Amino acid sequence: MIWNAFAIAIREISRNLTRAFLTVLGVFIGVASIITMVTLGGGATLAVKEQISSLGSNLLTLRPGAGFGSRGSSAGVPHFTEMDSVILGEQIASIAAIAPVRTASLSTIYLNNARASTITGTTPVYFQINKWTIAEGRFFTDADLRSGGAVCVIGNTVRVELFGTDNPIGASIRIGRASIEVIGLLATKGQAGMGDQDDTIIMPLSTLQRRLIGRTSSNDINQISISAVEGTDSIALIAEITQIMRQRRNLQSNQDNNFNIFDTRQIAETLGSTTQLMTMLLAAVAGVSLLVGGIGIMNIMLVSVTERTREIGIRLAIGATASEVLLQFLVEAVTLSCIGGIAGIILAFGLCYGLAQVIKVPFNFNTQINVVAFVFSAIVGVMFGYMPARRAAKLNPIDALRHE
Amino acid sequence: MNQPPLIELRGLTKTYGVGDAMFQALKGIDLTIHRGEFVAIMGPSGSGKSTLMNLLGCLDTPTTGSYRYEGIEVETLNSNQRSLLRRYALGFVFQGFNLLPRTSALENVELPLLYRGMARKERQEKATAALNSVGLPNKLNNTPGELSGGQQQRVAIARAIVTEPSTLFADEPTGNLDSVTTQDVVEILTRLNVDRGITILLVTHEEDVAACARRTIVIKDGLVASDTQRS
Repeated sequence: MIWNAFAIAIREISRNLTRAFLTVLGVFIGVASIITMVTLGGGATLAVKEQISSLGSNLLTLRPGAGFGSRGSSAGVPHFTEMDSVILGEQIASIAAIAPVRTASLSTIYLNNARASTITGTTPVYFQINKWTIAEGRFFTDADLRSGGAVCVIGNTVRVELFGTDNPIGASIRIGRASIEVIGLLATKGQAGMGDQDDTIIMPLSTLQRRLIGRTSSNDINQISISAVEGTDSIALIAEITQIMRQRRNLQSNQDNNFNIFDTRQIAETLGSTTQLMTMLLAAVAGVSLLVGGIGIMNIMLVSVTERTREIGIRLAIGATASEVLLQFLVEAVTLSCIGGIAGIILAFGLCYGLAQVIKVPFNFNTQINVVAFVFSAIVGVMFGYMPARRAAKLNPIDALRHE
Repeated sequence: MNQPPLIELRGLTKTYGVGDAMFQALKGIDLTIHRGEFVAIMGPSGSGKSTLMNLLGCLDTPTTGSYRYEGIEVETLNSNQRSLLRRYALGFVFQGFNLLPRTSALENVELPLLYRGMARKERQEKATAALNSVGLPNKLNNTPGELSGGQQQRVAIARAIVTEPSTLFADEPTGNLDSVTTQDVVEILTRLNVDRGITILLVTHEEDVAACARRTIVIKDGLVASDTQRS
């Protein structure tokens, strides 16, 4: 009986290819769109997460001023000294590396190309703290720092804008009033919610101080970058740093901090919750398209109810039992839904693979959404293929035959 | 040997609708039909003749009364058992042909055999033979859309007789046909009755179609008005 129903169902599908095609199409579009959307969304989330982790998750940044907002102005607040950085590094055991940073915005010129760049003067340990890797050439060393050598490393954005296709390594660029040799090109980090990280020029702190802007006071460090030992409680670390800095800056107990400590873990958490929101949004969109796909399938199925009700009447009249007719319809619906579902999965795979490269996000196959989309569409397809048949098969054959 | 009659009706009624909209189509029919009879059921529109036919063919269920087919109490059967009765004993020809669309004549005729679980080869042989017997040996692969009304009705007759039923129900089989094809259909039905001994119940409102039957039952207002036998 099952084999019989299967034979009849296949014959019935081959006889109504247009209807079969439209049914398959409903499932197909539904499955393909959901999988594509969720997979690409997942890829984008992953990309954001990778960029966050490239920031360094145990990185703290000490800045003058009380923090963000209207009270956070750093105007008139003393900057730090190189000694602050040294003392913090010596006194706090959970600091793995610490680098004083002085930044300045200066014009840079190479041949006919000029642009304003942010110049960072710091110590070699800065590269390690910020997880920079070198793409070409080399980092500057402690020797360069001691001698105040006229060297710098540049980020990829600077290379593109100043050098175009030329090899930057060994070339000299004019920064402010000095000529500085490029000794290294940094590996690309990309955008990370904080602007273009690759738009940077990094040189020894002593070079920046002596050759480019001159030393105006010992309080010329406008940022201290700190990386904590892995597994450090960052709240305790912040408290330690705060205590030492308050002392060094002679703050009385009734005075507010005139510096702030920025923990990248906080950004990571903020961005993390943003991507989580994005994922939830995608899930909602996927849910809606699942629903729309389902309604599409339902429509096709319901459109053919009249014709199919008559067909059921004919089959019942010539001696088919209700269960035989239902089995036939069930087999038809399952077959069509599965064909549509599998075709949808294949198309989605191709789309995701291609689009992931176009929009530059990683492509990772999401088994879960493939299963969910397939099962849901198949259930909708089977339900709306089967339910009208069930209603019709319950009728007296003569009522089914007369169905208008 | 006292064989029960083929069809035996006692006080059969059929009511449609409820309350004010209630309409009694059959008001108590008593009728006995024996094997091998050719019966024409006549009557004006709305007299209940088609309703009677559907009840006899187990396509519909009576409101009250008793219906025995070969001694079987039909009203005690469930819908599954009624399906099996139709499958093994009854054949139908409808005014509107009721063939499956986009399906070849051969496959339409094969369909009842498919539900009997017959093998493909035997099915095709029997279906071809049935189509030959109604004079359509060259139309096996044509779909209903490619056939004339008369040809479609002959396919429907082939589908009804391919299972060799003991009774053939024909509900206004010539209602949609012209006079020439009407004559063809009437001849085929007569031959089935005479040559194969199939009991035929024919609903019609055309006198000349009814003339081929040996017994004519006239239904009026849900009751048997007359029952005449011709020698």
